[in-house]
This record gives sequence, structure tokens and C-alpha cells, in this order.
Amino acid sequence: MATKSTGGTEKTKSIEVKKKLINVLIVDDDPLNRRLHEMIIKTIGGISQTAKNGEEAVILHRDGEASFDLILMDKEMPERDGVSTTKKLREMKVTSMIVGVTSVADQEEERKAFMEAGLNHCLEKPLTKAKIFPLISHLFDA
Amino acid sequence: MLGLGVDRLQADINRLLASLFHQGVLDEQFLQLQQLQDETSPNFVYDVINIYFDESEKLLRNLRLLLMDREFSDYKKIGLHLNQLVGSSSSIGARRVRNVCVAFRSASELSNRPGCLRGLEVVEHEYHYLKNMMHELFQLEQQRILAAGVRYPM
Repeated sequence: MATKSTGGTEKTKSIEVKKKLINVLIVDDDPLNRRLHEMIIKTIGGISQTAKNGEEAVILHRDGEASFDLILMDKEMPERDGVSTTKKLREMKVTSMIVGVTSVADQEEERKAFMEAGLNHCLEKPLTKAKIFPLISHLFDA
Repeated sequence: MLGLGVDRLQADINRLLASLFHQGVLDEQFLQLQQLQDETSPNFVYDVINIYFDESEKLLRNLRLLLMDREFSDYKKIGLHLNQLVGSSSSIGARRVRNVCVAFRSASELSNRPGCLRGLEVVEHEYHYLKNMMHELFQLEQQRILAAGVRYPM
């Protein structure tokens, strides 16, 4: 089942920047990555829910009520992988920004197929704040 | 006097970490984990490392079971387990474990069973070394926290 954790406003140097709290779905079968990505999202000022695989992510969107600013989508997952999940979510008219998360073992053609499934961007693990923030900073604009 | 105890423990922690970085056991990604930890999640590094240990031990057990089977031929499965281990080791900054997994994976891609068995032994050795070092680090951290919290009446 999906779980939630919360973030907060971020202080930049001596100025408190009022930012929108972004809502993120982390889709990954690896509990370590789920915990790590939750923490990254929290420290950059977001709240997150997690899904253990693509099928859980699809179920979350089924009633049309789910609204995420960002979905971090792992590529290799059991039950439904990242490519299939991304295609399905786009077919369901999900307009969230979807960032694919690949591993160094993934070949170029696999990354290309993942992008073509409907990703906005693709990042290689391990994710860090420095990798992800430039891609999503515009989501913080209220 | 109490301050000296905390300072000594902090120096021990710094020395241990420096040694682990110098040996290549840990890399920059471990620093990323430490930087994510804050007062609202004071046990974040400990939690993540323990998740890593739990998941890695399952994978290592599966790898051993697969390779010990005389009828074994599913090198693709070995590759999948190793991809997971490479990924999670990278995520916590366990550089040496990651590197020996990559070498093991090369043997599995060549369907080289003796090479895989050797690879598994090396991975298990590196993994256990890392685990022992992390336990030592966490013990020192615990002692430091306790030493910092001790107050004597004036």
C-alpha cells in the first residue's frame, strides 16, 4: 500500500523562500530506494507517497483523484515495470511530470524505450538532491 | 572531562570514516546520506544502512542457493540479483562491494560457474567487512550520543 511522508519550507541562506509544497509519488520495488528518495524529496521541500510497483501506481490513479506534481518511476519492477506503468499512466491522461530512474546496467536502447513511453526526464541511480533539483525547481513556483 | 570523552569518540569516528574512504570501502554517496540526515530524522543513515543489510543478505542467500544447485543454469537470474546489489550498494556508497559485484556480474554474463562461485566468495567477504565496519561506526556514534547526554550535578 502507498505511504506518506511530509517535508516543509526551505530556508535558502538567510532568506526564507515561500515555496509551494510539491506532491511526489515514488514508485520503486526497492525499500532502500523508497526511503532514500523520500528523504531527498523531504529535504528539498516536498511531501511523498510511495508505491512498491507499477501496478500500485496505476491503482492510485484509477479513480482520477490522484494529483502528483512529480512521479519518480523506477524502471525495473515486478508485476508492472516502469515502461509499462508510464505508458499506462499517459493513456489514463495523467499529466504529472514523470522522471524515470534507471540503473547503470541499463542499455541505451532500454533508456530510449523508457523515454518514449512518456517520461519527461530520465536520471541514473543513485539519485541525489543535486541531480533532481534542477529538473523540478520550476514545480516549486506557487 | 566529559567534553574530552565526546571529543575522543568524535575523533575515533572521524578516523574510522577516513580509513573507510581511504580504503575505498565507502565513497562520496555515503556523505550524501549523512547530509540528508537532520534533527527530524536523526536515525536516517542507520535506517537506510539496515535496510541495505536486510535486502543484501536476502540477495546473497539467493545467489548462494542458485550456485550451489548442481543443475544450475539460470545466469540471467544471477544477473538480476547482482543488478539489484550493484544498485543498492551504489545508493549507500558501498564502493568496494559494488565493484566486486560488477566483476561477479561479468563472470555470470560469460556463464562461467567457477568464476561466479569465486565472485560470490569475494562479494560475501567484502559485504561482511563493510557490515562489521558499519557496526563499529554505529557503536561509536551511540557512545558519543550517550557521552554527550551525560550530566553531573554541579
